[in-house]
Amino acid sequence: MKVSITINGSEHSHEVEPRTLLVHYIREHAHLTGTNIGCDTSSCGACTVHLDGEAVKSCTILAAQADGGSVTTIEGLSKNGEMHPMQKAFMDNHGLQCGFCTPGMVMAAIGLLNENPKPTEDEVRLGLEGNLCRCTGYHNIVKSVLAAAKK
Amino acid sequence: MIPAVFDYQRAGSAEEAIALIAQHGDEAKFLAGGHSLIPLMKLRLAQPSVLVDIGRVKDLSYVKDAGDHIAIGALTRHMDVEKSPVLTQHVPLLAHAASHVGDAQVRHRGTIGGSIAHADPASDLPATTLALGATYVVQGPKGKREIAAKDFYKGFLESALAADEMLVEIKVPKMNGAGWSFQKFNRRAQDWAIVGVAAWRNNGASGVALVNMGSTPVLASAVSSALAGGASIADAAALAADDAEPQGDLNASVEYRTHLAKVLVRRALEEASN
Repeated sequence: MKVSITINGSEHSHEVEPRTLLVHYIREHAHLTGTNIGCDTSSCGACTVHLDGEAVKSCTILAAQADGGSVTTIEGLSKNGEMHPMQKAFMDNHGLQCGFCTPGMVMAAIGLLNENPKPTEDEVRLGLEGNLCRCTGYHNIVKSVLAAAKK
Repeated sequence: MIPAVFDYQRAGSAEEAIALIAQHGDEAKFLAGGHSLIPLMKLRLAQPSVLVDIGRVKDLSYVKDAGDHIAIGALTRHMDVEKSPVLTQHVPLLAHAASHVGDAQVRHRGTIGGSIAHADPASDLPATTLALGATYVVQGPKGKREIAAKDFYKGFLESALAADEMLVEIKVPKMNGAGWSFQKFNRRAQDWAIVGVAAWRNNGASGVALVNMGSTPVLASAVSSALAGGASIADAAALAADDAEPQGDLNASVEYRTHLAKVLVRRALEEASN
């Protein structure tokens, strides 16, 4: 079936099997590999992207369900070579160690601030419960998100 | 992990979806948010040959004040149940329970109807709507019928829905200021409850239902009967597992679950009584 999705402002249209997952569409058809596949069972959040403005786990959505929709991935955040404030906050606050969870963590954190622009530390921790960091670097991730919220 | 091969059909309305399911028989499944079904398909625990995507049937996503009850469209997402001002005012227990489903990403996609139709005893909303005395409206080729929540759950992931029927609306009585509590015990963020309790109390009346205490969500009728008869919270909570047949698994033995149910029902009733 033909699936058309706008990814980071560019129209993508590909003939895919109905069972193609959104994350595979993004990585293998649109060739945007910033979105990682972690647990593959909707637990870890490494595959988090925005679909029509909301954070979702792209390993648990069929590309067909996103047909006609608009997706933002980690590659779509920077503008004119400038990092998104959340990316900058992660860099400034050492919000990453190995970096594998980071694209999903950043996308989930931006989604969180879209819905709750001034969260408390507890709200950040709860709001990011769908994203796991196997380095257990949560302390600086939370610090990064709180720093970004101040900007 | 990738699901087994299937055909994908997209329905624009409930009628179209029901016609498509009728055409394809038992091998077809409705796809709403997909956050229960797609993981099962990726693990090949479910292999439907046809998926009928009802995710775009927008007129089944609503929360309406219908006088004595609130009517919720089956395709209303968890996040919209959680944030609904109408539910927050009239059925706060349900709005709160919805905020405990999975995580934010899951709640952006998963739907209340999908969760109920999936009939997982470990899910939060089947037990919560059971405690609230909800009625489910289902639609099939011959029209609509209503099924009380207490008659809906038939076994593990089995419900009174016929293969050609679709859940279209959930009717939840207004709580009219009743005290309430939702207790969810788990060890990991975003996980299913090892045991959960949804409870409300209003004068002599009460509703208590248990999450993950058997093959279906369980109405703890013995607790409500005891409370109606004037029993103390401690005495009523001691009967928490009387209606349940919990099973042991990696997370908890039968004895542990039984103990947890009693403790959590007591806490729930204390909170609901304040």
